[in-house]
Amino acid sequence: MITFEGVSFTHQGASSPVLRNIDITIPEGDLTLVIGRTGTGKSTFLNLINGLVPHFTGGTMHGRLAVDGLDTRTHPPRDLAGIVGTVGQNPRAGFTTDTVEDELAYTMESLGYSPDVMRRRVEETLDLLGLTNLRQRSLDTLSGGEQQRVAIGAALTAGPRVLVLDEPTSALDPAAAEEVLAAVARLVHDLAITVVMAEHRLERVIEFADHVVRLDGDLELEDPATAMAGNGLQPPVVRLGHALGWEPVPLSVRAARRLAPELRAAPFHPSPRRPGGDVVATVRRAGVTYGRRAALSDIGITLRTGQVTALMGRNGAGKSTLISLLGGSRRPDRGTVRLGDVDPAALRGPDLLQRIAYVPQDPTDLFYTDTVQRECAEADTDTSMPEGSAWSRLCELVDTVDPRTHPRDLSAGQQLALALAIQLSASTDVVLLDEPTRGLDYPGKVAFGTWLDRLAEAGSSVLVATHDVELVAVIADRVIVLADGEVVTDTDARTALTSSPSFAPQVQKVLAPLPVLTVEEACSL
Amino acid sequence: MSAPGLMLQSTANSRWLHPGAWWLWALGLGAAATRTTDPLILGLIVAVATLVVSARRPQAQWAGAFGVFVRVAAIVVVIRVFFAAIFGVRVGTTELFALPTVALPSWMAGVTLGGPFTAEMLVIALIQGAQLATLLICVGAANSLASPVRLLKALPSGLYHVGVACIVALSLAPRIMINVRRVMHARRMRGRPTRGLRAAAESAVPVLESSLDDAINLAAAMDTRGYGRSTATVPGERTLQAVLILGGLVGIALGLFGLLGATGWGWVILALGLALAVSGIGLAGRRVPRTRYRPDPWGWQESLTAVSGIGAAVVVSATAAGGLTVPLTWPALAPLALVSVLAAAAPAALTPSPPEPWGST
Repeated sequence: MITFEGVSFTHQGASSPVLRNIDITIPEGDLTLVIGRTGTGKSTFLNLINGLVPHFTGGTMHGRLAVDGLDTRTHPPRDLAGIVGTVGQNPRAGFTTDTVEDELAYTMESLGYSPDVMRRRVEETLDLLGLTNLRQRSLDTLSGGEQQRVAIGAALTAGPRVLVLDEPTSALDPAAAEEVLAAVARLVHDLAITVVMAEHRLERVIEFADHVVRLDGDLELEDPATAMAGNGLQPPVVRLGHALGWEPVPLSVRAARRLAPELRAAPFHPSPRRPGGDVVATVRRAGVTYGRRAALSDIGITLRTGQVTALMGRNGAGKSTLISLLGGSRRPDRGTVRLGDVDPAALRGPDLLQRIAYVPQDPTDLFYTDTVQRECAEADTDTSMPEGSAWSRLCELVDTVDPRTHPRDLSAGQQLALALAIQLSASTDVVLLDEPTRGLDYPGKVAFGTWLDRLAEAGSSVLVATHDVELVAVIADRVIVLADGEVVTDTDARTALTSSPSFAPQVQKVLAPLPVLTVEEACSL
Repeated sequence: MSAPGLMLQSTANSRWLHPGAWWLWALGLGAAATRTTDPLILGLIVAVATLVVSARRPQAQWAGAFGVFVRVAAIVVVIRVFFAAIFGVRVGTTELFALPTVALPSWMAGVTLGGPFTAEMLVIALIQGAQLATLLICVGAANSLASPVRLLKALPSGLYHVGVACIVALSLAPRIMINVRRVMHARRMRGRPTRGLRAAAESAVPVLESSLDDAINLAAAMDTRGYGRSTATVPGERTLQAVLILGGLVGIALGLFGLLGATGWGWVILALGLALAVSGIGLAGRRVPRTRYRPDPWGWQESLTAVSGIGAAVVVSATAAGGLTVPLTWPALAPLALVSVLAAAAPAALTPSPPEPWGST
């Protein structure tokens, strides 16, 4: 279906190719997973298939790539639109219309399908992806998972043979991610569509995959089990299998559960997580309303020193609003927020920086200058700390960063480290992180986890909003779950993650009812 | 199988009125406003527009345009009065206050600066301001009632690419505002001031960078979805099409100019220009292989809406009494004009209500 013949690609201005000598034939009707560490060219690989690389991005391509017999050198993306459907990370960024039905019809309109064919295809797609109830809805009113399903539907209506998905679930909460992946699996099974997908969180997708392409490996089509064996990017269930020497290594929770009955019978004495010290921040009966919609209603929480708290909940449940209250970026419409005995909204300048460190979803929002060095120097001026403090903090977090690099050219993990380095001070009370792990691979998350651990050990209170249950299982001491602007769970991490199936990490699903959360804990059984 | 039944019911009760109908209605009312100096009729037009907007405005971001237009209209009236006080022709006898007169050089003999400001001048300025303000409010009503995306969908294929460029611009504007808010938030958290010139200058780079990223992402998405695909053309056809459209536009401009000059050939050139432009757009449309999914139908409600607006324009123009003269007199009651404007309120009740953004359940 898709044939790579000696394909290499070099970005414009780069000295060495990002992808080298790919010779792969992706068979029809299979789901192929593209994996690799951050920056190994997953998006480039996918965009080679839909023609955006090199037609849209520029750069130099060698070799030949044919999709359903069409050579991408002579067919720009718009000519491949009827054959390749593309879905990106952020569905909202690619919407061109304002209602569900119109969005589904857009590609067909561009390609000049006749009105009755369009009508029929839209109806079929609405049924296929379970969108019938949403047909007239405005796209802005949909949840993240619904938006992503509409984006997939919109890519499908023109009847493509190939679907290219670039981290389709990275912005979604666990339930919405499952909903989207179930839809994708159904497309492969029922419609025999060839799916090529990149995904960081392998725990969600590896069991659906027919083949795996490792971009930092041999660049071959591999069987998922083989690919997982010699690989630094392993989801928890695979790591568990390897650590315990299970043969064959399970790829799904179900397979692992079959191998683990004795393990589940073992005695387990969970080590308690950090209980936290003094209260540093309190939110009391706080409410925030956007227009007619209540974003938060009567929230009450406290943050304690020396503790990592995970803030979870569906997209739009109010996580970002709560973080902006604690950071003082907005005042609640009702109720109070206190940091010690001050209102965080009244803090300015160095006072603010000394007490609160904040890392937004996109860390680059914090950067103003064109080199890492100057960014660190500016941070020292802002915090009125001795010269070089931010830079030395950065060096503690990551090993090698060239101080002359542009902050936007850093990898996702390095950007996160730089954001932390410029935001932290000697006495930060509260560290607020708003979905920081989107672009991070497994090694990146491990590093991130140790940073937070160090911060908590040093006495800060860390609040991290995230959808990533596997990360929460490793780093969190306490979990707060928001739903519809209200706190529905506020308890220690082990209780929170073992009591709800949608928030349970893989290891817990394998070993339930034992309250085991991580591979390390499971190995100690 | 209750779903199809539900769906039929919802589409029968609420649907989008054709955006063209709203625009014809609003422009008709606006035209009526420019043809009358009767404050009663002007006031009634504003009332009718407000009533229809409040009855049929959908819940969407762009539907907030009406409020913005009303505010701009109010500012227009104030500015009109301000300029009348300074530059206005000195008429009337009821002096309110006097501004110092500025002596102007002899070559500017026709212009006066300052002098006495009279009640007559105030009334004339208010009415003239109100004419423009009413026109603006009518345009604002159209902007709130007709979805811009649907209007662009209804454009002929030849204008399709221009139309999409407009949609992209429309959808990026709110995203830029979101980016501004995000970056300002991040700025505050870095302990920097969020107000003042320096803040604006320093945050311009991240805002523009992320907005540019948004635009590039959208362009890439549209490219992969077949936007800009065109059928093969005979060389020379493109040139012909460009010549036709450009020639047509020049013709329209010249024709309108001729009409203003009240010479007889204005209509002819205008018609010729229109014909050229239409054929150029038609030719361009042949190259775009695009079709339309469920175009908004034109039913009796659309006809009624358009006719009620245009009717008001025709009747008000036909019955309009002369301009504003000093001494001021209250215009004679124009019952026919009042009724025609009142009739333009009919769409508030007789058109289908717009669909709810959260669905009809």
